[in-house]
Amino acid sequence: MTATVAIALSVNGELVEANVLPRLNLADFLREHLKLTGTHVGCEHGVCGACTVRVNGDIVRSCLMLAVQTQNAAIETIEGLSDSGEIADLQSAFRERNALQCGFCTPGMLMAAQDLLKQSPCPDRERIREHLSGNYCRCTGYQAIVDAIESTAWARRGRRP
Amino acid sequence: MTSERENPQTLSALDRPNSYIGKTVPRPNLDRLMQGRGLYVSDIELPRMAHAVFLRSPHAHARIVGIETSAAKQMPGVIAVVSGRELSTVVTPWVGVLSHLKGLKSAPQSAIAVDRVCWQGEAVAAVVAASRAQAEDAAEHVLVKYEELHAVTDMRTALDPATPVIHASLGDNLAFERIHDAGAVDLAFAESDEVVEAEFVFGRHTGVTLEPRAVVADWNAAEARLTIYQGTQAPHMVQNIAALHLCLKESQVRVVCKDVGGSFGIKVHIYADEMATYALSKLLRRPVKFVADRVESFNTDIHARDHRCKGKIGVKRDGTIMAFEIDDLTGIGPYSMYPRTSAIEANQVVNLVGGPYVTGNYRARARVVFQNKNVMCQYRAVGHPIACSVTEGLVDLAAMKIAMDPVEIRRRNLIADDAYPCASPSGLRFERLSHHAALAKLVQMMDYDALRAEQAALRVKNIHRGIGIASFIEVTNPSAAFYGVGGAKISSQDGVAVRLDAQGSVICQTSITEQGQGSESLTAQIVGSVLGVSMDRVRVMLGDTDNTPYGGGTWASRGAGIGGEAALQATKVLRKNVLDVASAILQSVPGELDIVNNAVVNVVDGAPRIDLSELARIVYFRPDTLPPGVQPELMATRHFVPREYPFAFTNGVQASWLELDLDTGFVKLLKHWVVEDCGTIINPQLVDEQIRGGVVQGLGAALFEKCVYDERGQLTNANMADYLVPMSGEMPDIDVGHVVSPTLESELGAKGAGEAGTAGAAAAVTNAVNDALRPFGTIITEIPLTPQVILTALRRI
Repeated sequence: MTATVAIALSVNGELVEANVLPRLNLADFLREHLKLTGTHVGCEHGVCGACTVRVNGDIVRSCLMLAVQTQNAAIETIEGLSDSGEIADLQSAFRERNALQCGFCTPGMLMAAQDLLKQSPCPDRERIREHLSGNYCRCTGYQAIVDAIESTAWARRGRRP
Repeated sequence: MTSERENPQTLSALDRPNSYIGKTVPRPNLDRLMQGRGLYVSDIELPRMAHAVFLRSPHAHARIVGIETSAAKQMPGVIAVVSGRELSTVVTPWVGVLSHLKGLKSAPQSAIAVDRVCWQGEAVAAVVAASRAQAEDAAEHVLVKYEELHAVTDMRTALDPATPVIHASLGDNLAFERIHDAGAVDLAFAESDEVVEAEFVFGRHTGVTLEPRAVVADWNAAEARLTIYQGTQAPHMVQNIAALHLCLKESQVRVVCKDVGGSFGIKVHIYADEMATYALSKLLRRPVKFVADRVESFNTDIHARDHRCKGKIGVKRDGTIMAFEIDDLTGIGPYSMYPRTSAIEANQVVNLVGGPYVTGNYRARARVVFQNKNVMCQYRAVGHPIACSVTEGLVDLAAMKIAMDPVEIRRRNLIADDAYPCASPSGLRFERLSHHAALAKLVQMMDYDALRAEQAALRVKNIHRGIGIASFIEVTNPSAAFYGVGGAKISSQDGVAVRLDAQGSVICQTSITEQGQGSESLTAQIVGSVLGVSMDRVRVMLGDTDNTPYGGGTWASRGAGIGGEAALQATKVLRKNVLDVASAILQSVPGELDIVNNAVVNVVDGAPRIDLSELARIVYFRPDTLPPGVQPELMATRHFVPREYPFAFTNGVQASWLELDLDTGFVKLLKHWVVEDCGTIINPQLVDEQIRGGVVQGLGAALFEKCVYDERGQLTNANMADYLVPMSGEMPDIDVGHVVSPTLESELGAKGAGEAGTAGAAAAVTNAVNDALRPFGTIITEIPLTPQVILTALRRI
């Protein structure tokens, strides 16, 4: 049987050391080894976006990345972004607008939305829809999500003109 | 149309000073989901939990010659490898029939196939190991020898004498047939000025819940009790079925349903692999978890809508619709699904075609046939999209034939808003609908005339846009007429228990379930309003057969209308009980006291008399200070089921505005409008979002979604790269309007809203595409409207 590989990385600001099989993907590592179950597994082939996390500042599909590729990387998950308060306003806008129903896509959706708002402070609706087009939501029909992101963008601009 | 109660002088329990009814308030508990701290079944881990994976048939139809498991059993981490025959000692087979669907037949189905597989994806063995990866590794070493059999795949030839019969004991491949004939159809067609016919074709598609089906079954041999953690819409149904087939008492089975990652009818059935997981836990005396992967989801989650429906409409030159006739054919896979059966969708099509219109002349035949494909069953808006697409497609074809505007022909034929109560030609009873008010509102919202002018102006510039209208009716709040009368142990009533805790907050247990619709919110809104407490003082518990009253759950657009009324009635009793205690404490009389904002107050001047927290303290800790003979009951339970009408019908109308690219065949959705009437609206935002989400599921069916099978019964696009779902980039903004006609069956007056969006979206889009195609003299009556379908119709490929 293939031997495990030692990795050391930062997850939500904490140093993590682990021995993992080379075939273990990052989503399963986060969920099964670190019990960070906010990262969801929807399709396991990189289409649905439910497993979106941040690796060294960029959003990636954690089902398409191996844990062994994260040596020395800085990983941020929905739990980390929530606890740091980085997306508190976005979460509040999602709550007010009911931009989630079952909530299974929501962690990935929030990751993707925050990524957009960091890149582009005043995206129009078409730009928002385009940026989310790799995140599948079966419940909402997307409009409430677009509304919530748009209103967050407006509010952030108001704060930092 | 009514937006006020019949008798405004009589305040109902809802017309309270701090009422939440009719208000947009955020759902409680969203933070949990937004912070990634929900608890979906796939998140659950138990001590000694093992993981099951299923080895599935690569063939659509084959005899199992032998299963060799010895190599797999030697693999690391493997706990057991179990065949269908071995598992049959623990779990009995089932037959998915209901007695009120006369003549419906099916064959016994096992949790894991025994001797024969009947669709590609049917489980042939289970591998249980310490981890899922280890179980998958071992599954590759299970050797199954098959002898391939002829696969029956085409529903059109399934009944031919030359086609092999899938289940010899049934005699033929016909599962169910229904014939309906009302009025004088032949005469009506003879008297029509024009008769138009078309064949409508609907692609097989599926729910694609983002969280796949998942279950953790935990048999505790010492307690002789099975706990099932499952994302189900109907916990008590699962309890009943699991107990029945594992030969247990219902009291030995507990079903717990925490967060659910999407359901839409996919998670309201009993699947063979779920039953196998319960049985494996019992067999192995430890918790067993099964989480379907995406390929398994496509191959085993129920499919829906695989229909071919011939339709015929007769119309007078003045627009009067004379008659409808349909002949519907659907293929449901090799078994009728359990326990709700796979005949319901075709039965609904017969029920619903022509439903919004006055004509009493209606003839229908529906045939349901077996095939060697994945099972089909009820998915959001069961039958409605087919009935609506056929009806509204025929109405538009008739309008085109007599050169009448699509809105005008509907105005002339929709049942008048003052004609209720009345019945449809298929025998459906309508309490009160509002087709004309809804259509008038829609026309105004979309500025129909301006849109027509814009369309004409753009057509000159070779830009081809279309407007499509679709009126619909929707079945909601089903009584026992749906399943109970057919012998299924699926509750049509729901129950709610409410109690005041020792700090004056409210704990509410309800038998409806939450999959994101807002069941918790609407329950808390009703309880808070009726009792007179703020919503943040109401905690709602659901999804646990040990800890909620008995009830149906959340499906068929029933949660708000049925569970909501039970909450209202239970809270009225609690309110009375609280006021009785308060009047004893305050030496007042109940009629002089009210509860407002968490305190008992004087009715006369609103002056606060005693906080609920203080009242609760006295009741629970100092009952010795109460007058003799006063026994407070700060808990109340009530149940509700509609009795007068079998279903609370709702109605609505949708419109689509889109642009057709003649070179690529792509459809660009520009805008979508919906006006619907779900009676009393408890939370406007939640209703609107149900509508929008439902519409987008319908738009997926209209444009993208199709399970593509080859002639050998192989599903060729069982992944999310090849099976297309609606993503944000392709979806339009959707405007939603309301007409409010409360049902008088309940004090709440709420009907359902969960399926209205899905019911009419595809019909509106198809009609809009045909409207855009008008200059080209071609008509499409097939969905999904892929570029290939559109370019073929335009004879460009």
